[in-house]
Order: sequence, then structure tokens, then C-alpha cells
Amino acid sequence: MLMTKLFSIQNKKRDGKDSLNRKFRLSEFLAENIIKLVSFTSFAAIILIFAFVFREAAPIFFPQEKKTLSTEFQQSETYGEEPAQSTQKTSQEYASSNSGASDVASFKNLTQKEWQPVGENPKYGLLPLFIGSLKATILAILFGAPLAILAAIYSALFASKRLREIIKPAIELLASFPSVVIGFFALMTIATFFQSVFGFTYRLNAFTGGVAMAFAIIPIIYTVTEDALTAVPKYFSEASLALGATKWQTALFVIMPAATPGIFAALLLGFGRAFGETMILLMATGNAPLSTFNIFEPVRTMSATIGAEMAEVVFGDTHYTVLFFIGALLFVITFIINAIAEFYVRAKLMKRFRGE
Amino acid sequence: MKKLFLIMITAMIAFGFFMPGKVITVKGSDTMVILAQRWAEKYMAEHPGITVQVTGGGSGTGIAALINGTTDICNSSRPMKPSEREKLKIRYASLGVEIKSAKDGLSVYLNDANTIHELSIEQIKNIYTGKTTNWKDVGGKDSKIIVYGRENSSGTYVYFKDNVLGGEDYTSSMQSLPGTAAVVNAVAKDKNAIGFGGAAYAKGIKFAGVKKDANSKAYLPTAENVKSGDYPISRFLYMYTKSRPTGELKDYIDWILSAEGQAVVTQVGYFPVK
Amino acid sequence: MMNNKFLGRSIVIMSALSTLLIIAALVYIILDIYSGGRNYLTWEFLTGNPKEGMTAGGIFPAIVGTVLLVLIMSVACVPIGTITAIYLNEYASKTSVFTKMIRFAVNTLSGVPAIVFGLFGLGFFIQFVGAGIDKSIYSDGQLHWGQPNLLWASLTMAFLTVPVVIVSVEESLKTVPNDLRAAGLALGATKWQTIRKIVVPNSLSGIMTGAILAIGRGAGEVAPILFTGVAYFLPHLPQKLTDQFMNLGYHIYVMATQSTDVEATKGIQYATAFILLMLTFSLSFVAMIIRYRFRKKLKA
Repeated sequence: MLMTKLFSIQNKKRDGKDSLNRKFRLSEFLAENIIKLVSFTSFAAIILIFAFVFREAAPIFFPQEKKTLSTEFQQSETYGEEPAQSTQKTSQEYASSNSGASDVASFKNLTQKEWQPVGENPKYGLLPLFIGSLKATILAILFGAPLAILAAIYSALFASKRLREIIKPAIELLASFPSVVIGFFALMTIATFFQSVFGFTYRLNAFTGGVAMAFAIIPIIYTVTEDALTAVPKYFSEASLALGATKWQTALFVIMPAATPGIFAALLLGFGRAFGETMILLMATGNAPLSTFNIFEPVRTMSATIGAEMAEVVFGDTHYTVLFFIGALLFVITFIINAIAEFYVRAKLMKRFRGE
Repeated sequence: MKKLFLIMITAMIAFGFFMPGKVITVKGSDTMVILAQRWAEKYMAEHPGITVQVTGGGSGTGIAALINGTTDICNSSRPMKPSEREKLKIRYASLGVEIKSAKDGLSVYLNDANTIHELSIEQIKNIYTGKTTNWKDVGGKDSKIIVYGRENSSGTYVYFKDNVLGGEDYTSSMQSLPGTAAVVNAVAKDKNAIGFGGAAYAKGIKFAGVKKDANSKAYLPTAENVKSGDYPISRFLYMYTKSRPTGELKDYIDWILSAEGQAVVTQVGYFPVK
Repeated sequence: MMNNKFLGRSIVIMSALSTLLIIAALVYIILDIYSGGRNYLTWEFLTGNPKEGMTAGGIFPAIVGTVLLVLIMSVACVPIGTITAIYLNEYASKTSVFTKMIRFAVNTLSGVPAIVFGLFGLGFFIQFVGAGIDKSIYSDGQLHWGQPNLLWASLTMAFLTVPVVIVSVEESLKTVPNDLRAAGLALGATKWQTIRKIVVPNSLSGIMTGAILAIGRGAGEVAPILFTGVAYFLPHLPQKLTDQFMNLGYHIYVMATQSTDVEATKGIQYATAFILLMLTFSLSFVAMIIRYRFRKKLKA
């Protein structure tokens, strides 16, 4: 709005003067710099996210001794009842059970095998959560990636142009499925189906969550792989076909190897997406913080833990800090994975196509 | 297009500073949000001119709001923690006022097909701490016990831990589900499951009778048993205010504690305190 | 080279089957959710309030909350995304460090997990900006802006959807022929005039696609608003920016996991899921058609 006004003022001024004067125009200067400034938002966003997630997680690195609370055994006033013994007891018991709590997120506490953040001695072991995230993500990749890559191969290399114009948008529409809907579907339908077919002991488990999450990562793996396959220069396949290779031989031995870094990037992006996914896992994995590698047991993932617990923790508490720390870890892990996909793989891909 | 945006933004900012008349705000426990909503509806119908605004979010959220001064009444399904009382004291030089507004029998759910009908507190504790993992150890058939519980952010989780497990940790293999409904649903679908939560009704589950110890009689979480205290795991649902209620707030709370207000408690499926 | 017809054929068949499986799953999910909720899909369901402790009635407040959320979000993310795309495509030199920084930031931003945006919203908007406003403007020691509300949730969501807008607008800016730009400049227009009068009007469809895709994304995401503003149940519609709101996605989540009676509300859950699915689905369908049309125009 401001820019437009300035611009019109500028226009009027110019009409009287030399209209071919191109040396300096305030409107141009402002427009370019305001645009530049606004486009800086994305970069600022990344910095802000980094800064503020870590800021809330910071107390974890500087543990403080907990003061004994002066209200430890004091009671709230009651209202609307006659003082009765039994009613006093629960609060009293609660208060005493909480005394002497060692609510400190030390390094030792964070690396242990138990996640029991609420209680007398809160245990903030991140290990089961990390294993949980890893299990669910790897399962999702195992189910989703082969399907997505094969589908990409089909639509990029074998399907007729017409068919391709149906397949591609259809699979991309799958990306518009909200994760909460996929989670709901997993909770209601997939879990029941698998339990009745395989007779799982646990209805909700890493396997079910992994299958559900495969739906969330298929579109991204498909799209990136498809792009990589179609980006292979035409002369690759033309040369191969001219030498007498068949269509599938060309696909398998010429185009696929050329596009490998791109497919690898697709897998990494899928991994990053799955690792940070929240709603599907929150609804479909059972959320038990186990540190086993059995894929038919329930898992509690890092993201789901934040989603389930953050709403009700006391702000500024150790538990709150630890949840932010998990968020910071998620941010760093996905950041590294995406950066690898971005820089290393793309660079390699470009090199290969330039024939180096 | 741009003008439209500008108008929208102005309208929204204007909205931002618009404040309605006399309102009582209630915030907190999701367990109690339906109860609180019914109270509000009924009270508003009888007392036009007063608005009672109810929001959920969880006990912790409600207490935080009380501390922060954004709500008049906070609903909580657990008593306030000492650390929370401390914060209230720092801000308002008051420990808050506790109002027991209803009673809730915490039920233990079993699948309909389970051959077990009653459990002692000790047995429940052993199941939830992971010492007992097979139904045959508590008199059932030989199959693994699938343990379901609530998320650690809920008041139910804390209450159960303090009063049934004696403060011990839950077994790591307990599957935490975010709400009573999810627990009930899971138990209904799994014949070896056990779960706990507030009053809930669904096909496929039954309530376990609970015994204080191995030799005493088992009681089901019925209205009489909870009210008389025979049912061993029942809790209060609390309301907290910053200071002793006065004026409209006092009228509202008095009404809740009156026979009329307590009748609503029964309708919603909890148990009256009086 | 290996000359094995069987291998070749099996690759074609397997890849075709995979494609078929994915599409079949997609159709099945839609049908399953539709059949679960079809008895509830009435006009009253869309325009009614939840009743009887959310075991009956409609989802009107959740729809209104979702619409408000995406509207405020678009007010923030569409202009920012469009301007960034204009910068990247019209002004930026491809090799400058600044451009590379922004491109990297956009890519990174699109890979940040949704839940981390939620944490960011809580840490930045609520605990820092909101609490800051409260401290400096109000002196009553109470919280006005420093708590979860509609504005903060929308802005958090805007951060998440800005890359969607940027990518889409940039794509359409690229389709504006350079001849047009050259013509504008040749007629004596300045660069900014050329962009404003020629380039942007010619890529309006791209801006629209970006906005639609962003809205679709914002309507479907739940994780970023979990602790920045969404409410389990509200008796009133949100009236100001500092109110909390209900949301379709969150409604599905709480109904499926936290309502008092699962069996009785199953239909409501399915119907809500179906409404949300149709909303995001049709939005991305429309975006796809617009995009398809301008690609065709470009070729012609």
C-alpha cells in the first residue's frame, strides 16, 4: 500500500521533469529493497525457529538445583464443604510423595532407557523415543519406498503419455491427504485389519504406524524420483536404444543408474518427512516407550511425545525443557538429512549429467 | 484484492480489542469440560445477563491459566501440585481456593470376553508396574496382558500412579493413549487388554470389580459405591479460584454445589459430592 | 548385456502393479471414510453445533475455526511468499550469497517437521512476542496476547505454508516470456513498473495456485496448532484474534481418542474426516487444474 502511494507521488513529480531520467528513482529503490527485505523473511524464519526452539531448551544445559518449596505441605483453602479427613488425605499424600524430587535433566538422566517424565523421580531417557522414531521411520521407508520408486519408474519410463497424465496427478493428490486423516484411517481400519490377519498381540504397533506413514511419504518419494528419472537427458536413452537395447534394458541399466543420486535424495527426503511426522504416529503406534527392536510392539516416537505431552506441562519446568530439547533434536536431524539431500546429491547429479 | 486484505486486517485488530460484558471464564481439565459446559448452559438459561465461557485444554493448562490470570475458575481432575501453588502464592499471595465439585469413580476396564471379573488393588498395581504380565497369574487364562493407560499429561495418569501404584512407575510396555475414549476403544477390540479411565460406556467392555485387598469384597464403580466410598479408587474433580469467591462468581459456585447443580453431575455420568 | 525377457517383463509388471496398488489404496481410503460417515453427511451436520457433550450435533464451529485459521494465515503467507518469489525470479542474481541463502532457507523451511513449527509458535509468538506485548502495553499483570490464540496459530501456520506459495509463484513467474519483460522495459517502464504491470498480472494464476495449495496444507495440518491456539471445545465461535478456536483436524483427533463415547460418535468422526479430506482434496484438485491450464497455455 505504502509502496503504491510513494510510487504515485514519484510519478507526479516526474511528469514535470525529465521523464527519461534514469539515474535514481526512489520508487525503484524502495521497491527493490522492500522486496529484498521481505524475501529475507524465510531466512529469518529459519534463524528464529532455530533460536527459539533452542532458547526454550537451553536450561537443559545449565541444570539448576531445585529449591525446596515453601508451599510443600501447605494446603489450598477449601470452599463449599465441611472439613472431612478423607478429602484432605489425597492432597497431603500427593504433596509428600513429591517432596525431595530430583527433577534434573542431567546427561545421565537423558541417556537412560526409561521415559517416565511424571512422578517422584522423573526419568527423561530419550533412548526409547529415538529408537521408536527410527523404527517407525525405517518401516515406513521399507513399505513406502519400493512402491513409490516402482510407480515412478512406471510412469516415467513405461506408461503412455496419456496414462502418465492420470497417474502423476493421482499420486500427487495423495499428498493432499491430511496426516490426521491418515492417522484416523490407520487407527480405525489398518490396525483392525492387520490384527485380524496377522494376530498381533498389540493392536497398535510400530508395524501399523509404519504402514500408515508409508502413505504420507509415497507422494514425496514418487515426485522426486519421477523428476530425477525424467531429468535424465534424452540422449542417454536414445544412445542406448540406438545400440539395440530394449526399452526395459535402457530403463534398468541406463536411466536408473544415471538417476540414482536423485532416487537417493528422494529416500532421504522421505526419511526426513517420516521422522518428523506427528499425528499419524500419535494415533497409530500405541505410544509405549519401549526400547526393544521388535517391530510388532508399540513404540513412542519423539514427535508424538511432544504432541502428547506439551499441552499440559507447566511452562518452564524441566519436563517442558526436555520436550523442547526433543524438538531441537528433531529440527537438527531433519535439517541435516535435508541438507545432505540438497547439496551432496544434487551436486552429484549435476556432475553426472555434465558427463564428468 | 489488497484493499480487501487491509479491511480484513483492520476488522480483525478492531475485534482484538473488543471485550464482551460480564463473563465468568472457566478453563481446564478435558475430563470436566462436558460437565462444565452443561453447568454453564443451565446456569446461563436461568440467569440471563451472565455469560459463562468454558474451555478445555487439560488440567495443567487450566492451572497455568489461573496462575497467569486468564481464567476465573480452573477445572482440574487432580489436586494442584506444590510447584503450582508456589507460583500462585508468588503472584497473588494466595494458595488458591479448592472446591470439590464432583466425584469420579476411576474404572478398570476389561474386555467382555475376559474370564476375570474382579481384581484387587494389589493385582492391578502388579499389572501396571509390570510385575504381573500374564492373565493366569491373576486367575485367568494363559495369555499375555496388554496394558493400556492414559497419557502422562492427564490428571487420571497422575491419580492412578499415586493412589493405585503407590507412586511407582508404570511399566514401559503400557500403551499410552490420549483419552478415555481411545482406551475404551482399545480394550473393546482386544480380548487380553486392561485399561483404566473415567466413567465411560461402550460395547465390548466391562468394569472390573475392585477389592481393597485380597480378602475384601469387590465393588463395581456404581453411584452408591462411589458415593459411599466403598469403591476404592475414586477421586474428586476440583475447581480452583485465586481467592475466596465473591459476587457473581460466588453465586455460580454456590449454584454448582446446590442440589440443582449436583443433579447435572449425575446426568453427565459422574457422582455428586453431596 | 543381459537379454532376459522375463526380467524385463517382470519389471514392467511390478512397476505397473505398484502404481495400481497406490491408486487403489488412495481410492479405498476415500471410500472407507465416506462409507463410515455417509449417514451423518447432512446439511445440519455442517451447520450445527456439537451437542450433548460432543456425542451428537454438527461441526460448524470446527469449520469456522478452520476457515478463519487459513484466512488469517493467507493474509500473512501469500504476500510474503509472492514477494519472495518475485525477488528470487526477477531481482536476484543466481550466484549471489544472499540468493543462495534464501533458496537454502526456503528448502529447509519446507523440510522442518510440523511439530517443530508448533514448538516455535509456542516459544516465539506466545512466550516471547505475546508475553512481550502484555508486558509493554498492559500493566495489569494479566495475559492478553501471551497465550494460545487464533492469531498465533495462524502465523505459525503461515511460516509452514510460505514455501508452498514461493515454489508455486516462482514456477508461474518463470512461464512469463522474457519478451514481455523486454517489451515493458523498451517502452520506458522501469523494472518495478514492468513487474507490477506486466509480470505479476501474467502470473496471477500462479499466485492463486500458491494460495490454494497453502490453504489446503494449512487446513489439514494439526501438529503446529496443537499448543498455539486450538481448543477441544468452545461454546462460542471465536470473536477476536485472542480467542482460541476449534479445528476440523483436531476435532477428528480428539473425537477419535478423547470423547466420552466412541461407539456413538464413530459416524461423526468418519463424517468429519470425510469433510476435511474433501476440503483439502478439492483445493489441491483446483490448484492442479489451474496449473495444468497455464502449462498448456505456455506450450501453445
